Amino acid sequence: MKEFWRLYSKNIGGVLGLAFIVLVVIMAAIASLLYPTGPFTLTGSSYVQPFHDIFPLGTDSLGRDVAAGIVWGARVSLLVGFTTTLIAVFIGVVIGCLAGYFGGVTDSVLMRFTEVFQTIPSFIFGIVLVAIMSPSLYSVVIAIAVVTWPAVARLVRGEFLALRNREFVIAAVAMGMSNTRIILTQILPNTLSPIIVISSLMVATAILFEAGLSFLGLGDPNVMSWGFMIGAGRNALRTAWWNSTFPGVAILLTVLAINLIGEGLNDALNPKLRDK
Amino acid sequence: MKVRIVNPVGRYLCRRLIQGVFIIFAIVVINFLLLQLAPGDAVEVLAGEAGVATPEYLANLRHKFGLDKPVLVQLGLYLKNIAMLDLGYSFRHNSPVLTLIVNRLGPTLILMVTAFVIALVIGTFLGVLAARWVNTWRDTVVTVFALVCYASPIFWIGLMLIIVFSIKLDWLPTSGIETVGAFNTGFDYVLDLAHHLVLPAITLALFYLAVYARMARASMLEVFQMDYVTTARMKGLREGRVVYKHVLPNALLPVLTMAGMQVSSMLGGSVIVEALFGWPGLGLLAFDSLFARDFNLLLGIFVLSSALVVVVNIIVDVLYSVLDRRIELR
Repeated sequence: MKEFWRLYSKNIGGVLGLAFIVLVVIMAAIASLLYPTGPFTLTGSSYVQPFHDIFPLGTDSLGRDVAAGIVWGARVSLLVGFTTTLIAVFIGVVIGCLAGYFGGVTDSVLMRFTEVFQTIPSFIFGIVLVAIMSPSLYSVVIAIAVVTWPAVARLVRGEFLALRNREFVIAAVAMGMSNTRIILTQILPNTLSPIIVISSLMVATAILFEAGLSFLGLGDPNVMSWGFMIGAGRNALRTAWWNSTFPGVAILLTVLAINLIGEGLNDALNPKLRDK
Repeated sequence: MKVRIVNPVGRYLCRRLIQGVFIIFAIVVINFLLLQLAPGDAVEVLAGEAGVATPEYLANLRHKFGLDKPVLVQLGLYLKNIAMLDLGYSFRHNSPVLTLIVNRLGPTLILMVTAFVIALVIGTFLGVLAARWVNTWRDTVVTVFALVCYASPIFWIGLMLIIVFSIKLDWLPTSGIETVGAFNTGFDYVLDLAHHLVLPAITLALFYLAVYARMARASMLEVFQMDYVTTARMKGLREGRVVYKHVLPNALLPVLTMAGMQVSSMLGGSVIVEALFGWPGLGLLAFDSLFARDFNLLLGIFVLSSALVVVVNIIVDVLYSVLDRRIELR
């Protein structure tokens, strides 16, 4: 663990990114303390300018506090980001390790299946899925997970193919270990590094994807999401630029921080780059 | 009768095309299943618009459109129709889906090709710049710029560009493909089109610009380590010549592969950009059909864009093997 932190902290960007995400998580956690009435309450007059009054980031067309929206919206972004990634990584790992370990026909069939999903343009597929399932947090999470698992599956399959014929696996087979045990206790722990790296990047992708869906009006209408705020602020672009700007900055900084964390993890976990 | 194709590229092409057909077949089946899952069907939409909704009327319409047949029969009919390029009928627009798509294909292609060229050319140039002056201020500026463009949502960047260039500076129009009521012809039309194309193309390009810049920079740095670069320098060649004549052509290949793979992603991006700028292309058509619950049209676009991706993937693979003689087409 100490070794990991030592390597990770060599990347300043990674450390900054981690600090920022911790701040975002704290902000999301204490949202009900900061703005107990929630993001949808009409607390002021419409289109209050930012930086002037008690509303640090201004208000939107209905008088809702933009800052409250950002704080509460962090919950949605983080929730969608992490849940989607968990589901997508789970599906991807299962399919990847089955394809990589058993090879042959299983591999061919599973890879054709993965290829079909990778060929379909992901955003359009996501839109179609959410439209069919009627927009809600559940459908958004399921749609994004369905669209993003192929990348994980390919990665895990590659790793399993590489490790399948190593001595320790052959030894385990000779010892009479069951396939499940070999996969779970021998090979999978050695593939964790690239899986962790790709997971962190997938959280960023999921947040951007959810923002895109909400912007187009396909997000859950009952929650305040950053993408929704940007989309709603479009109507007032000439007069109230702050409605769309600040939620976008929030998304930008969060995704940037996650990308930096991903690069830091890559440096820390990938031995090939260690000496550069 | 056995046909033997001797040319390895030709053989590979045939194999990939056959594989492509299978993939498109699978996508069409998925398409059909999604259509079935969609709430409400064409008959309900029609009945709603006609204002008549007696059960007999609905049953009659269903029988006429063949919607009361068993699902497998409907699937068979659907596949037969697709094979004859009949993608169904859009009831909202009162026209066959294929006609609608073909009409809107032009603007989308203009947008995507322009964005692609901008992203590839400028992105690669920035990446090369960053790699050549690695770890200097030039490198830092390019890297930070790429990181920011990569992390921003496409629609947000578009809105920010509109605020700055359309609203505050009034240099560029906010939306549309031509000035309404201007009825320009000939060269004026092209100029007007280009004027409207600037913001949407740049918005779509920025994200991919960042991707290619980072890719090009990493690839160049890797090629810089190669022996033949050291040899070129030892021969006494100027650094510029080394970079542009020896390093760049070899570093470009991963960038091109990545570029090919991004077409699928760019189609999704074009939906957002077209919805944002009111650009009358396929993306906007998909967006409109979404809210009009016109699933025939939406899924027609779905199938066609997937087919496009399959074709582009094959072209990229063949191109890649032609450009890099070390790669063998299997």
